[in-house]
Amino acid sequence: MTLFLQLDFAALSAAVLACLACGLLGNLLLLTRQSLLGDAISHSVLPGLVMGFIVTGTRATLPMVLGAMAAAVLAALLISLIRRLARLEAGAAMGVVFSGMFALGLVLIEVSGARSVDLDVDCVLYGQLEALIWPAATGLSSLWDPVALADMPQETRTLAGVLALTLAGLALLWKELRLAAFDPDFAASIGFAPRGLSLVVLVLVSVACVAAFWAVGSILVIAALVAPAAIARLLTDDYRRQFLLSAAAAVLMGAGGYGAAILVPWLLGLGHGLNAAGMMAVVAGLLLALAWAFGPYGRVRRVSVA
Amino acid sequence: MSIAPPALEVRNLSVAYREAPVLRGVNWRAPASGLTAIVGPNGAGKSTLLKAALGLVPRLAGEVRFFGQELRQARRRIGYLPQRASVDWDFPATALQVAAMGRYPRVGWFLPLPRAERERARAALAEVGMADFAGRQIGQLSGGQQQRVFLARALALEADLYLMDEPFAGVDAATERAIIDVLHRLGREGRAVIAVHHDLATAPQYFQHVCLLNGGVVAAGPMETTFTAENLSRTYGGRLSLLDEAALRPAAAPPAGRPLRAVP
Repeated sequence: MTLFLQLDFAALSAAVLACLACGLLGNLLLLTRQSLLGDAISHSVLPGLVMGFIVTGTRATLPMVLGAMAAAVLAALLISLIRRLARLEAGAAMGVVFSGMFALGLVLIEVSGARSVDLDVDCVLYGQLEALIWPAATGLSSLWDPVALADMPQETRTLAGVLALTLAGLALLWKELRLAAFDPDFAASIGFAPRGLSLVVLVLVSVACVAAFWAVGSILVIAALVAPAAIARLLTDDYRRQFLLSAAAAVLMGAGGYGAAILVPWLLGLGHGLNAAGMMAVVAGLLLALAWAFGPYGRVRRVSVA
Repeated sequence: MSIAPPALEVRNLSVAYREAPVLRGVNWRAPASGLTAIVGPNGAGKSTLLKAALGLVPRLAGEVRFFGQELRQARRRIGYLPQRASVDWDFPATALQVAAMGRYPRVGWFLPLPRAERERARAALAEVGMADFAGRQIGQLSGGQQQRVFLARALALEADLYLMDEPFAGVDAATERAIIDVLHRLGREGRAVIAVHHDLATAPQYFQHVCLLNGGVVAAGPMETTFTAENLSRTYGGRLSLLDEAALRPAAAPPAGRPLRAVP
């Protein structure tokens, strides 16, 4: 048990927390048909990461996270600005912003010399879940020991904070977010500014993206944003249950993917472990297929995930 | 000029989508109460006029007053009924949840909907004959029922002026009847309704005032004196089919036979 807590617990919690935060926010993207936004933001953070590195000269996590969050918020603002000023459809605005910012990040890596000190591309793409350990754990009692908990890896603690922020935002703006997602024009006509609300969603998604980034990597952030909401959409037609089921799917995806990464190689007798983030996306895909095949809204009705 | 300020007053309003001007220097004073139809050909800017008045689309120039006030001060007195096709009816929500959105201004930000407000929303659903469908998912409702849910949401606002964008578009006869009843009730209570309306045959029956629009206001005023063949032909630029003077004669019996429609 102690060994599990020391070696696996921090990583497993990080995986579940990341999937939960992204999965819950993914509902708001899916219901407003802008799931692509997760893709846009996870690409847009790259220049922020590099800037964080350039400014501080270290690979310390905090400056890079701050830089990435600033870049994500900037990207979100640029997208909504371009949509409004150029009256472009959302997909076009996102495509312009995220490819441009991703390219800027690559250029920054080249000109700053960050590459020579190894700004780890693998980590950026696939996350570093396996690196999260909790050596301070001595047993189950460590779970409510503040001293031991303070020794949890920073990524896990950040994700716990981000999930708390997400839950607080969803609880506080529950009816407002539903209103703005369903009928932004009516929302504006009664003084519930949908632009401000969609900005709140964008910022929350950005923060969750960046925090999850370190656990599951940029590519799999997209899976964590889209899959739980899409799975829930195939199972229910009720707004509250949509969020509850997506949370359940997110936990299954995070924990199941992490477990599968350990169990599958053992069952198959492989000599090496599998990438946990990759297995999470696989599990999410399987859950989606099951929901489609057996869910009440699966084969009967097509759901747009775009 | 009436004593009460007009429910909606538009001065020199211009709106363009990209380069193309939709509304050019619109000047119009809607009556302080009663039912007013906005009539005009496709692309005349009818919906745009409502949206620009509510600040939903940016305006190039012009001023808008509601009951003599700025939009911000008058917002609580205005109810908007968007086009039914403007939202995604696959959205996971019940009829009651949608109708209850009309109570949000009373509840304010951040707070959950109190039980009393939910009951007001339920009463609004009952008024449009949708009480039995309160718990139904909106995606499972017929087009007419969806329109009635939208109307209930607007009624739940308890506004003094309603801006309705094609309330009769694509609805069944029962829904049309229900909407007319609600409109007449609102008119009797001294409230104002401004509705974009497409059916020239029913416009004189349903509405007391009319604003003929095509990029600008062609004519506006009481139905009897304004809704004339000459004004209509100016509005539609001679593109009216079945232009039957008898059908347009004021206070005439409901026009028999085929309804008069604009050729698209």
